[in-house]
Amino acid sequence: MQNSLLITEENRRFEKFRLLKDRIFSYVMGLGGVAVIAAITLIFVFLFYSVFPLFTEAKVGDAKYYAPESSDDILYLALEEYAEIGLKVKSSSGYTFFDTGSGDNLLTGKILSENTSSLTAFSKGDLRSRVLLLGTSNGYAHVLRPDYAISYPNDLRKITPRMTSLFDPVLVDDSFAPIRLITGQSVEDETTIVTVSSDAYVSILGLSVESSFLEEETSVSVERSALNFEGKTISQVAVDVEQRNLYVLFSDGTLELYDVTDKTAPSLIDRVKAASGGAKVTTFEFLSGGLSIIIGDNVGNLSQWFPVRDKDNIYSLVRIREFAPMEGSVVTIAAEYDRKGFSVGDSAGNFAMYHATAEQRVYFGARDGSVASSMSMSPRADAVIFGLPDRKIGIFEVYNEHPEVSFSGLWNSVWYESRQEPLFIWQSSASNNDFEPKFSLTPLAYGTLKATFYSMLFAIPLAVLGAIYTAYFMTPRMRAVVKPSLEIMAALPTVILGFLAGLWLAPLLEKKLPGFTLALLVMPLLVILAAYLWNRIPESWKRFNLEGWEALFLVPVLGLAAWLSLIMGDFIQVTFFNGSLTHWMSTEMGITYDQRNSLVVGMAIGFAVIPTIFSISEDAVFGVPRSLTMGSLALGATTWQTALRVVLLTASPGIFSAIMIGMGRAVGETMIVLMATGNTPIMDLNIFEGFRALSANIAVEMPEAEVASTHYRILFLAALVLFLVTFIVNTIAEVVRQRLREKYSSL
Amino acid sequence: MERKRQTFREWLRGGDPGIWLTAGTVSFSLIMVFGLLFLIMVEGMGHFWPKSLVRFQMLDATVSDRFRLGEMVDRETVTADQVRSSGIEVADGQELVDRTLLKTGNRDVDGFDFYWFLDDHVQSRDFPLEVFTAEREEWGNFYGTALGIEQDGKAITVPENGLWPEINIRLERKASIKKRIKQIEKKEMGGVNYRLERLRLRLRKLELASVSLSDTRYSEIKLERNELDTLYASLSGELSALYKKIDRDVLVAETINGNLLRLPFSTLVNAFQPNKMSLFDKVSHYFMKMAEFILDEPREANTEGGVFPAIFGTVMMVLLMSVIVTPFGVIAAIYLHEYAYQGKVTRIIRIAVNNLAGVPSIVYGVFGLGFFVYIVGGSIDKLLFPALLPAPTFGTPGLLWSSLTLALLTVPVVIVATEEGLSRIPKNIREGSLALGATKAETLWRTVLPMATPAMITGLILAVARAAGEVAPLMMVGVVKLAPSLPLDGNFPYLHLDQKFMHLGFHIYDVGFQSPNVEAARPLVYATSLLLIVIIVVLNLTAIVVRNRLRDKYDGIDT
Repeated sequence: MQNSLLITEENRRFEKFRLLKDRIFSYVMGLGGVAVIAAITLIFVFLFYSVFPLFTEAKVGDAKYYAPESSDDILYLALEEYAEIGLKVKSSSGYTFFDTGSGDNLLTGKILSENTSSLTAFSKGDLRSRVLLLGTSNGYAHVLRPDYAISYPNDLRKITPRMTSLFDPVLVDDSFAPIRLITGQSVEDETTIVTVSSDAYVSILGLSVESSFLEEETSVSVERSALNFEGKTISQVAVDVEQRNLYVLFSDGTLELYDVTDKTAPSLIDRVKAASGGAKVTTFEFLSGGLSIIIGDNVGNLSQWFPVRDKDNIYSLVRIREFAPMEGSVVTIAAEYDRKGFSVGDSAGNFAMYHATAEQRVYFGARDGSVASSMSMSPRADAVIFGLPDRKIGIFEVYNEHPEVSFSGLWNSVWYESRQEPLFIWQSSASNNDFEPKFSLTPLAYGTLKATFYSMLFAIPLAVLGAIYTAYFMTPRMRAVVKPSLEIMAALPTVILGFLAGLWLAPLLEKKLPGFTLALLVMPLLVILAAYLWNRIPESWKRFNLEGWEALFLVPVLGLAAWLSLIMGDFIQVTFFNGSLTHWMSTEMGITYDQRNSLVVGMAIGFAVIPTIFSISEDAVFGVPRSLTMGSLALGATTWQTALRVVLLTASPGIFSAIMIGMGRAVGETMIVLMATGNTPIMDLNIFEGFRALSANIAVEMPEAEVASTHYRILFLAALVLFLVTFIVNTIAEVVRQRLREKYSSL
Repeated sequence: MERKRQTFREWLRGGDPGIWLTAGTVSFSLIMVFGLLFLIMVEGMGHFWPKSLVRFQMLDATVSDRFRLGEMVDRETVTADQVRSSGIEVADGQELVDRTLLKTGNRDVDGFDFYWFLDDHVQSRDFPLEVFTAEREEWGNFYGTALGIEQDGKAITVPENGLWPEINIRLERKASIKKRIKQIEKKEMGGVNYRLERLRLRLRKLELASVSLSDTRYSEIKLERNELDTLYASLSGELSALYKKIDRDVLVAETINGNLLRLPFSTLVNAFQPNKMSLFDKVSHYFMKMAEFILDEPREANTEGGVFPAIFGTVMMVLLMSVIVTPFGVIAAIYLHEYAYQGKVTRIIRIAVNNLAGVPSIVYGVFGLGFFVYIVGGSIDKLLFPALLPAPTFGTPGLLWSSLTLALLTVPVVIVATEEGLSRIPKNIREGSLALGATKAETLWRTVLPMATPAMITGLILAVARAAGEVAPLMMVGVVKLAPSLPLDGNFPYLHLDQKFMHLGFHIYDVGFQSPNVEAARPLVYATSLLLIVIIVVLNLTAIVVRNRLRDKYDGIDT
């Protein structure tokens, strides 16, 4: 006994150990707790981190210059796929392939071997086809193509460049007049060449290669026609890659568009004034795909144009959009190979990168004060090569991952190429290669809102009114059963609700639409009728008191109402609508009816959120202090008046927060919308049509999206939007609820 | 007390209709909930009942399609115009027609297995005793009459006690051979393959480390490989012998219209004569089918057979998730409630945690795919499995990532429930313990936590119930429609965290919406739904019971 009171050495060590344990325990708890909270915050941080690159500006590297090695002017510069080999075409009709790393020349050649002529015109065809066209002083056109053969000796990539002549030189016409301007395209067996002579005489040639089976030879057939613009000065001509449209730009700024599908009979489509307010057009360039052109003028304005078809199938050339202007005159425009992006160099030595569809400038900066006279982008849009007037050639790297995303492009309507008007489109992928992905989140957000709206329309009356009744009128015995059974509903997996909505409810609704509509009317009517009848029954007949048990009594009544409405609905359908209201609606009224539509989704999501709204608002109503209701009743109000004016009013913040939380659930619901709608991203208020929601869109497309691609990041953005919306809605609801709790406790 | 009779207007003003209308909304919600459960129960349970085969004798038909045999699925009345517009002739003047949907099976003979028949086109209907239903490995059900058995291509004489006892004997023989085949293919050969794959990896690792070819480890690998190759050869020899054995018997049968068909026993899953079955037979058949549903693997693109791999996958994933979520959730709750300074920041964190439970699950899926799979998994692959690259091991959706994602999704549930439990523990218990000289850690460990255990369990059960029903995030981080093997098997390391798995919820989505023959698969989807609902409702009820017990217990302490 005495010993235990003494503080022995052993005792002290034990005490120390206990304190150590205590401290370790608190560290572990603190560390663990903070780690879990950090992990939760990580979700937000990571979503943001994944989305962030979409909205960062492009960057460019420092320029590297190669020494000028000839006295020739540079006509054209190009890079191959890996930007390892550069090509320059010189005014003396020579060309050089060089290593972009070391600057060493790899291959140098001459295009015009005979000395009887000189090079007078040059242009390039479509970037992907790599075709080059040259016109000579004696009226010949040459069509060439740089080819790059790739081999892998010793597992290392080796690229061997070569210049191929696609045709023997073509004589444009019999006059042998020098060619002043040339343009053309050559894709597979079809080639178009357009030349302009010094007296504005435009020759159009269509060459098609025909190979005969018997002799292993090919022959070239030529179609030709001409346009005469005597007295005018043509400053630029261009043919699109489809070889259908010929653009002719005159020095007075007029731009004419000709249909050259038939090479023997070009026809004028439209004539427009390309520059506004006294500005002079300096150059224009096709965007990737050749559907639209970017026009630049001498005050730095840039605009995009393409032919738009109207209702009567007539095309006109339309200025689609304008871009942030450059500071000086636009000197050179270089398009990207795959995306609808382009780079611009101006006379003030600035360099800028734009994206046409996104309508934004992603980079702007001065390039050492030097003015690029010619410029090209690499096929992967990761480098730009440019020539300076002093024949120096420079190259710099470009980091421009997501130019196609801009805030306005995501949420506003966008005028896409070959569409008649600006539209909201979500179309992230397609089967063909030259497809431009269309990322408008608006139709998806619209779908989400549509689903939320219809589901709340279904859920709020049922859940809130049900909560008021359960909390205020129902007997405690019945409440003890009703509340948990409705709450268990919340635990039903939504995949089951989605399955039932898609495969059971949707076909049923299609068949029995009039019955369902009637039920909306018949059910309340029958309920009131039943109530009135109960009221009229003499008191002496009543064996039991129904007060507080009305809900149970009404179950068979509602069953009867549902059965009656379905029978009546069938009858109406057979008599008036020839057996199918939905069919009648689409043929007679022009209202589309999808089997899986917003109504089905509204009911299914409504069903899913009813327990949430019900449970929280029931708590709020039930928590209204008795003193308030008693006071109201004592002052002579009826129970219904008390319920409406006192209870509902006091509990309204709680009901509001319940609705908000229910809405948060409806917004993010995935499986039901995935299974019970057609998932087509259309924007339409029609309740009988489907939609595509943000959440379902993520579920469908995320597994296929390439990591770190624009599509992938936009899906992350969609998730971030969902996260923020639900988080904010829930926080508001939570704050409102806490305020209410404090109010109740003070009452 | 005698009340005065009210007029209708007085009654309306008294507010009675309002009360009744609100009551109506509760009734309506109750009807919806119980109606839905009832629907799923009836459809799901009915799936296993052996259905009688009805024979329709058709009017105006050629000899070759005079009869139709099948299971009755649905009946409805439609207007004659609707039927006419689909190209079927109906007598003039007739307004309404009745029609019956028959599951006629025999997809290999007829092309479809569901047909609508107008009652006016049916001369008579009866239930012939001799017909039988055969469930097959492919082509769906067969309905017809058994004629005889061929063994090794020769017809055997029908024994005295009839054809069917003999069929059943041979079905059992087939079943036992099949079991052995499965054993060899899945377990033994799978094991050998697994070990061969590991050998290949070891070899690749040696190569990556550029170990010289003279190293003894190469010869060891070679030796082991030879050994495994011999084992494999002997197994495949046994397998081909078994396949020969199983192909011995053929059931000769004819369709109701007399088309002769030879059904190899190896393709039959089951064969029975439903119209001859007694009630007892039907009940035992019912339970057999139910057991098959729970214990077997799916067949025919998941539209037939059982859902065992899906049950197993769901349970595995949920178990793993529980192991992860419980400690972290509880620690976070203890920290928030016992250690953190109860100021504004803690309040904000509490609200945030609460709100995370309301963040859409698909957002967690996106996070799981982007962070766990691509970033964490990709790094693990680079560090630990360079020999397997570029084929990903953990850098692809799988069991571990699914469990982690769902753990993150459900951790707020556990935190909230545990905190609630902690706050319910009366202050005097804590203070009593501290007054007796216990440290804070001892107080928590010895008194507070044991008392809060039921709350933690409630939280865990709620988390499990939520996780078991989630599908959307899993579609991104690990479920597949058909997993070749279970994530737990006899090969080291036994639990394969990197494998993809099947899941009941995803099974419902996949079979109901992605399968080529939705009509035939529908009963199975109902059965799967029922199974999932039962699991989740049981879990939830347990949570509610635990919670109520807990409340009673502490209400007692408080007073």
